[in-house]
Amino acid sequence: MQPTDLKPEQFNGYPPEARKLAANYISALRRLPLSFLPSLLREVVEYDFKFPVERRAVENELANLASLSPEQLKNWFQGFAQIHLSSQLENSDWVNAPSQFVEQLSAHLWSTHQLDAFRAAAVGYAERLRAAAPPEPPPIPRLGIAIVGQGVAAYDAPLFRKLRPHGAYFNHVEPENGLAMLLDAVGARAKAHPIPYAHWYIDGGQEARHAPALTCVSYAALQPARAALTAKMRAEIERPGMGPEALRTLMARMRPEDLGMTAATGEASDPVMERFQLKVLTESSGTQIFATTFAQWTAREALRRAQPLTLLVRFAPRQRQRPMNEMISEGTKPAELDPVGSLVDADFGAYYNWLNQQRLPGAEQSSFVAWFEGHNEAIAIGPAWPRGAQSNNVTDMKQLLG
Amino acid sequence: MIDRTSTPAELARHLALTRRDFLRSAAGVALGSTLLHSPIALAGAAMKRRKVVVITFGGGARDQETFAPEGQENIPHLMREMIPQSTFFSQVVNRGILGHYVATASLATGTYETFNNFAAVSPENPTVFEYFRKDLHRPASDAWVIAPSNGFNRIGESSHRSYGPGLGARVILPKHLLTAATSGGGSDYAHLLRDNYETPFYTPELAGNEFELQQLAMMLKLSVDDFKAHALTLSSPDELSVYIARQLMRQVAPSLLWITMHDIDIAHAGAYSLYIDGIRRTDRLCADLWKTIQSEPEYAGNTTLFILPDFGRDSDEDAGGNGFQHHRTGDALSRTTWMMAMGAGVREGVVYDRPAESTDLVPTLGSMLGFSASLSQGRPIPELL
Repeated sequence: MQPTDLKPEQFNGYPPEARKLAANYISALRRLPLSFLPSLLREVVEYDFKFPVERRAVENELANLASLSPEQLKNWFQGFAQIHLSSQLENSDWVNAPSQFVEQLSAHLWSTHQLDAFRAAAVGYAERLRAAAPPEPPPIPRLGIAIVGQGVAAYDAPLFRKLRPHGAYFNHVEPENGLAMLLDAVGARAKAHPIPYAHWYIDGGQEARHAPALTCVSYAALQPARAALTAKMRAEIERPGMGPEALRTLMARMRPEDLGMTAATGEASDPVMERFQLKVLTESSGTQIFATTFAQWTAREALRRAQPLTLLVRFAPRQRQRPMNEMISEGTKPAELDPVGSLVDADFGAYYNWLNQQRLPGAEQSSFVAWFEGHNEAIAIGPAWPRGAQSNNVTDMKQLLG
Repeated sequence: MIDRTSTPAELARHLALTRRDFLRSAAGVALGSTLLHSPIALAGAAMKRRKVVVITFGGGARDQETFAPEGQENIPHLMREMIPQSTFFSQVVNRGILGHYVATASLATGTYETFNNFAAVSPENPTVFEYFRKDLHRPASDAWVIAPSNGFNRIGESSHRSYGPGLGARVILPKHLLTAATSGGGSDYAHLLRDNYETPFYTPELAGNEFELQQLAMMLKLSVDDFKAHALTLSSPDELSVYIARQLMRQVAPSLLWITMHDIDIAHAGAYSLYIDGIRRTDRLCADLWKTIQSEPEYAGNTTLFILPDFGRDSDEDAGGNGFQHHRTGDALSRTTWMMAMGAGVREGVVYDRPAESTDLVPTLGSMLGFSASLSQGRPIPELL
């Protein structure tokens, strides 16, 4: 089937808001090439479970597409129009299963050597869209915080090497009550700017006491869901004929209730967060077994999707490396931890958190702080701090936050 | 300086030049284009039949963790001991699919294979082992592959109708061997049995030209007990592979030996420290194998060693990826790698930054060893001939 054949009733399988959105813009959707459209439908079908900023981005993109003249449309999509698709792709159910289409398209592009052409088309489209529908600037400058090294008594190698060229390095930070002070600071921002999903606290271990206004995700709180997921995976891989692609498809179809992630009786349900956490566990690699990977990936996805104004990520020790089958098994004895290896992971994870924050609108005004928990070392990046500088002065958390 | 508008070719060229500069400053190598060919290199090798060992620097590693100034601490053996003795190609581009099995198969066929990376299938095009054995009438015992993952069990020979069954390499899967030796039990060995980091939940069923347990004693002269006892002293699957390689070189001395490392691919789990550990271990194991080549009478003086990654990993700058964790974006960093050659017939301390392709390896081996890689897409590398 081609996009020109689209009919409103074909979206009946979509969640209610997504169905309405697709029907409203069906004329625009019909004009798009098949090599592009399922990527957009993949966003549309998730509309009901998207964060507010994502919803606005999808709405703006659709409105922009609807406004393009035939000539503009031709210019915007000529790269995509030149991508050759297989009949198998054309005949797949790309309306109801756009994610599977995109996955199969990726394999097709690799095997037919069209990946570079597709990348060029995608980059060109993103640049045009950014120019036509610029992303919203944040109402206040963003603040990112990374806390690394929990459980490490001493560490001699240099920390924050990737971040130091971008900000000021401090080696006499007063660590007393540092975690509580940083959490209080992000809580205060949440209280002062009460915007849904704008202020996050991600913990790679057990979450600490924090303001209720913060959107909180923690590795420990998701332990039952992680256990349920790995149990399902183990059961699936023992089935004859189960391969990685079938497994991935199966994971993509999982719902929060499949992993027991829905709210308990009497608790408020948050389908957006339930779906977000499900995707963190099912669409990524390593988040199920390593706490450091979980913290870094969750932060990446929070920044990419929710574009928070405030994000505090506290890394915690991951389990020591063991054979994969052992790590996905829920043993009775607690896993041995690797605090120093986790510090190295978190140090690099902090760099990725900063990089991902800087990809968002308002990057030039954003600030970022990384701190070695319980110790004297920290780095502060932002308009208030000189690049590549070092301070040997006694500094407290308040000063680091600017 | 590169920018976002640079083409993949420009980015690859930039990477190669940067890599060359790092090597010139750190390892003291010369720019290859300034040197003339020398006939002396093979003089000492004429007495014995030439051998080739290929090591894939497995799992893919980026410049910033290897050849860039901040990464050189992770590859001390390559930097200090091996590169000064090698001819180094700083711009080897892989234009194929960036999955480990299909990419390694592409290296071995000299053709960009397009099969499903996770399928237990043979390459479609003839492998270097088949060219070697058919053209030179070599026995099966003269071409071997030591492969890291159970998914690599069919890499030894293709499904090509003019080659294929009976003409390929013998394939050893050390983890499979260890599993058999321990009868599938023995948690003491579990750390050596890690498999397939990209899809940790999946281990394909074995089929095809696999090494049988009884050959442990016949070919490698190893008792099951000795094998198990030594395995207990090792810390990773690649260490197990190198142990088997040494045993094979000592007892069988194949002329064409292909060893695929894989420890670095733990990066897929997202733990940076484990990725770095993998690079450091691979660096050490490459040096260990080079020492073995120099010390084993059947190999010393007549062996050319090639070391190359199958591909790199995603850059930090590409928002579509997650940096070192994967190799999914197909960006220039993940496609542009390097290759070093050292030993018999190879000039020492030279770096070339002209573009080469991963597929050039097999026709180069053909020119060195005297077979024709007639169906390969690559070209022989003249600087090595």
